[in-house]
Amino acid sequence: MSTPHIPPSSADSGRGEDSDAGTPGALTPARPGSPRRPRTGAPGEGTGSARRSGERSVASRVVSATAGGAVRVVLILFGLLWLLPTAGLFVSSFRDPRDISASGWWTALTDASQWSVGNYTSLLEKSAFTDSIWTTVAITVPSTALVVVVGAMAAYVFAWLDFPGRDWLFLVVVGLLVVPIQVALIPVARLFNVLGIFETIPGVVLFHAAFGLPFAIFLLRNFFAEIPRELLEAARLDGAGEIRLFTRVVLPLGGPAIAALAIFQFMWVWNDLLVALIFASSSNPPMTVALQQEMRQFGANIDVLAPGAFISMLVPLAIFFAFQRQFVAGVMAGSVK
Amino acid sequence: MADGRPAVIRARPWAVACFLLPALLLLGALVVYPIGYSLWRSLFDAPGTGFVGLDNYREMFANPAIRRALQNNLIWILVAPALATALGLIFAVLTERIRWSTAFKLVIFMPMAISMLAAGIIFRLVYEADPDRGVANAILVSVNDTFSEGAPWPDARPRPDSGLEPGPEESLVAAEPAAVGEPALLPLVGVAPPRVADAGQAVEPEPAPDAVVGVVWLDFAPGGGGDPGVVDENERGLPGMVVEAVRDGTVIATATAGDDGTFSLPAEADGAELRLAASNFAASFNGVDWLGPTLVTPAIIGSYVWMWAGFAMVLIAAGLAGVPREMLEAARVDGANEWQVFRRITVPLLAPVLAVVLVTLMINVLKIFDLVLIIAPGSTQPDANVLALQLYFSSFGTSPNQGLGSAIAIFLLLLVIPVMIFNIRRLRQERKG
Repeated sequence: MSTPHIPPSSADSGRGEDSDAGTPGALTPARPGSPRRPRTGAPGEGTGSARRSGERSVASRVVSATAGGAVRVVLILFGLLWLLPTAGLFVSSFRDPRDISASGWWTALTDASQWSVGNYTSLLEKSAFTDSIWTTVAITVPSTALVVVVGAMAAYVFAWLDFPGRDWLFLVVVGLLVVPIQVALIPVARLFNVLGIFETIPGVVLFHAAFGLPFAIFLLRNFFAEIPRELLEAARLDGAGEIRLFTRVVLPLGGPAIAALAIFQFMWVWNDLLVALIFASSSNPPMTVALQQEMRQFGANIDVLAPGAFISMLVPLAIFFAFQRQFVAGVMAGSVK
Repeated sequence: MADGRPAVIRARPWAVACFLLPALLLLGALVVYPIGYSLWRSLFDAPGTGFVGLDNYREMFANPAIRRALQNNLIWILVAPALATALGLIFAVLTERIRWSTAFKLVIFMPMAISMLAAGIIFRLVYEADPDRGVANAILVSVNDTFSEGAPWPDARPRPDSGLEPGPEESLVAAEPAAVGEPALLPLVGVAPPRVADAGQAVEPEPAPDAVVGVVWLDFAPGGGGDPGVVDENERGLPGMVVEAVRDGTVIATATAGDDGTFSLPAEADGAELRLAASNFAASFNGVDWLGPTLVTPAIIGSYVWMWAGFAMVLIAAGLAGVPREMLEAARVDGANEWQVFRRITVPLLAPVLAVVLVTLMINVLKIFDLVLIIAPGSTQPDANVLALQLYFSSFGTSPNQGLGSAIAIFLLLLVIPVMIFNIRRLRQERKG
């Protein structure tokens, strides 16, 4: 190899773009000082003198430039391949039903006359659809709040309060992490029927809260346990009780984990179809169920499905782009789920 | 970790109870109790009154629809996580030295943010069969058209009573066997005149003593006139038409019509059946039936990989950040090429991360539901069936059998129990260590 062998820590020191390196879970490159110089690939060409002088042979430069170019081309192709499906939905949502049945969405890329917001305006005039947006909000917001509050309270106990059987109970909670929600569908439907909350919004909220809890407790307990105990002891000496410790010390310091949890749970519930399909009222369903009901006429109603699906994606996409870091952190912590 | 150290607060019992009660109530009523109830319910029949023992479990493995679901779940578990992890690994490694890696990762990870329902609608559009509407088939057809020519005469058909009859597939068979010294006349119609504008005037060949000769032509004179079955003035040959001589079901000789429509087969063809090959007429390639019975599961797995490769990529990239740079550099200095570095150092060091990603995706795939429900059209839904979908229909469909539904639920739970035990063990080790 002809690249000078510089310890990696010094290779790129001082690069501003790596300032946030090391934060796990960010989409930005996390390796501190990862060298971005082109790789030199040809084996067995390095001689001691070349290494010392740091000069690169013409051949190795050609090889590395070609390899780097090929990598770029491959990645660009994959990127386009990944964008293509969503682009199809996006473009279709702006096309007239007649255009949709006459030609492929890609023809609109070169024909500006096909673009119109007609599908969106007619969809948003339908109260059935706008109502479903509000149902989704009415399910998602309370169940996120419930999971955060109830989960944080329990996590606080598991992290800092003592009672007999605490560790054993926490292991049970960790065991519940991977329980498939399918196990609960029949029994909870029966239970909610008895309680009179089957096919109501509170029922859906409670179900989501219960199945969000093991992950919430697991994530928050691990985070709360890292809070320096001196802080809690100091507050204790000042006469703070359990509740004050929780609201004044633990919750504020747990902010980042709570944010990650809230975003993860919000996306999970917003995007859910199965639970809503069973526990939500079919006459006043959330967006996912409303769109699923439209799937039966697929083909004839793409002018409804495409803008509807796109509207349902707007909030998750906005959250994803605004809170990338927290979302990724939540997804990574949830990889045990 | 917080383990084993005394809690900071010697808490008053009522405080502990108040903080813990809401969580325990929700978990107990909606997660723990249902496990017990499902287990119990799975031992009873559809109305829930008759005890049937393990019959529901037997039914699960005997019922053809559920067996199909089990098979498909197996395919899902073997293929989808491996594919998503492999792609994630490739993306994570390749983006390491690319300046715009953040933009690339955003694009790949973005599908994680949207619902499986939206992804399902997106891929229903992608997989539409008509190549003028579905982008997957549009790409296939344009690639195919670039590399192969379509059938030369897809519209040609015989005139009724012309002595040509439909044969196997789309071929046409002459009623009269081939004969040396007797030119075969094979008239066709149905081709638009502009398509034969470049072809020569059709010619009835002279009988040859040592060959079977004949002519394939468009038996239609523009502007009228001409007799059916006779080569007239202004009638064109059909160049490129493949003529086969078939004896006892095997092709013994082939010839291609020339510019004037004439062809010549060797003398062995005497007495054989003359056939215009199916390839002359085959309809042009129209793409693949993505959502048909055979491809529907692979097609849905494709949409899953689209959603989850980003998840694998992000986890693996984070693991990659922990791989000591010195080791890679040292290997390169020792003359290892990039493939060897990847194969011998990067992958082994990443093995724990890869295992976590694989197991996570396997648990996830086990419960796959939304994508199958949305993407598979009603006609092929039975071919795409998976356990979670079957459970939904068995439990809440038109003729529900909640005993059977509960049995499927318990089966799903049994499959994740190893992971449950692994999680608990890992936690206990961390606490001790």
